[in-house]
Amino acid sequence: MNDEPCANIILLSTSDNVVIACEQIDAGSVIEVNGVIITVKSEVEIGHKIARMDINVDDKILKHGAPIGRATRVIAQGAHVHTHNIQSDYLHIHTVRQIFSEEA
Amino acid sequence: MRGYLRQDGRKGIRNTIVVAYLIECARHVANEVVLEFREQDVHLIGFPGCFPNAYAFHMMSKLCTHPNVGAVLLVSLGCEGFNREELAEEVAASGRPVETLVIQEQGGTAKTIERGCRWVSQELTTLSVREPVEMAINELVIGTICGGSDGTSGMTANPTIGRAFDLLIADGAICIFEETGELIGCEHYMADRAATPELGTEIIRCIAKARNYYETMGYGSFSPGNADGGLSTIEEKSMGAYAKSGTTEIVGLIKPGDQPPTSGLYLLDVIPDGEVRHGFPNINDNAEIAELIACGAHLNLFSTGQGSVVGSAISPVIKVCGNPETYRRMADDMDVNAGRILKGDANLDEVGIEIRDFVLAISSGQKSKSEALGHREFILTYKTFDSIGPACLPNVN
Repeated sequence: MNDEPCANIILLSTSDNVVIACEQIDAGSVIEVNGVIITVKSEVEIGHKIARMDINVDDKILKHGAPIGRATRVIAQGAHVHTHNIQSDYLHIHTVRQIFSEEA
Repeated sequence: MRGYLRQDGRKGIRNTIVVAYLIECARHVANEVVLEFREQDVHLIGFPGCFPNAYAFHMMSKLCTHPNVGAVLLVSLGCEGFNREELAEEVAASGRPVETLVIQEQGGTAKTIERGCRWVSQELTTLSVREPVEMAINELVIGTICGGSDGTSGMTANPTIGRAFDLLIADGAICIFEETGELIGCEHYMADRAATPELGTEIIRCIAKARNYYETMGYGSFSPGNADGGLSTIEEKSMGAYAKSGTTEIVGLIKPGDQPPTSGLYLLDVIPDGEVRHGFPNINDNAEIAELIACGAHLNLFSTGQGSVVGSAISPVIKVCGNPETYRRMADDMDVNAGRILKGDANLDEVGIEIRDFVLAISSGQKSKSEALGHREFILTYKTFDSIGPACLPNVN
């Protein structure tokens, strides 16, 4: 382990499998999440997500303790999590429309 | 904490005189009266439209009988459609002093201003001898809203407000969140938090209505700029706003002017019912703040990133700033610096406690920044709502 200070991140909820970068974090930087040291695999901008643990295909991505989508490929601990490896689960639109048209 | 006991048993954290114009044509006269007392708690509200609207009447009635209000002066031109007699009756029935001045009957602008100032002056004297009584957290109603948001809002300000909500609800307070148009994508998750499955279905319907309304108005919910800021999905964006609601059970779904009956967390549906009409549902943040106040909110927690400065008539607004740079630039307008979390100088739980403590200080008479700066924004426009159904308040039998 190197002696460099940990980059600044937020874990929004203890059940989350991602953390949020509070500053631009360079590839190879280390972060600490509840005592666990993680090496960030690629450059991550402020506000972007980093995998806190290994995530499998179709696993829910949890942020604020809530599902925000699911993994479309295997995401390794420390990897950038964004539109290239997760997708929305908001496929309820037709259901929503149906409820709405029943109301009308 | 101390409060002013009203006839209906509710307590106010302020003892404000409201001067209400019932048509834009009476606004200047009402405003001139308020300006005479600008160092005191005399606030201007009103409805600009000439044609009557049930929602606007309901809002005005709930605002004029809000626990923070001690007396009401109604200013009418005389020929507008607003039912001033019925409003005056409702205010009088609430035990508050009320006076109606009709400009056409008083003999014009100057005479009405003079009469109005005399009445307000006399009521200020009466109110000044009213002794406050003890007030507990479980008698408080707190709303939340965000405005001038940026990428930091969902990371710091909103989650800290959510933590403050959890703490306040644990002590028996009523908390209200809204912005149903910005909760698209998390309605199913939200429905799972509802006290009953039937309430969950009502919440899903409510968000579907918001989605339909905004689509008809030509507004999408997710923009390329959101992805640049690190947001990957619509539900992630919505969760950022939703984080203000904390983690407790959702015990009810209410509409503007409905009074939450029991402690706990409520969702306020701010999107009109029926076909899309009257234009944008909420033309600015103050339209929503007024609706939260009409539901009884004693104060509102306002999350901002880019830096909003607004306050409100009737109920203080507390600014929680998520962006440390904005806080540095605009510290005179900001009450809580949640952005220091980004610098590693505090964590979400610590700022949540700070917000809770600040709510109690403001409820005890301390002025928020926007309040001390004289911000008393207010707006009310046309809307149409149906009443809520029985499934929306499952704890009421």
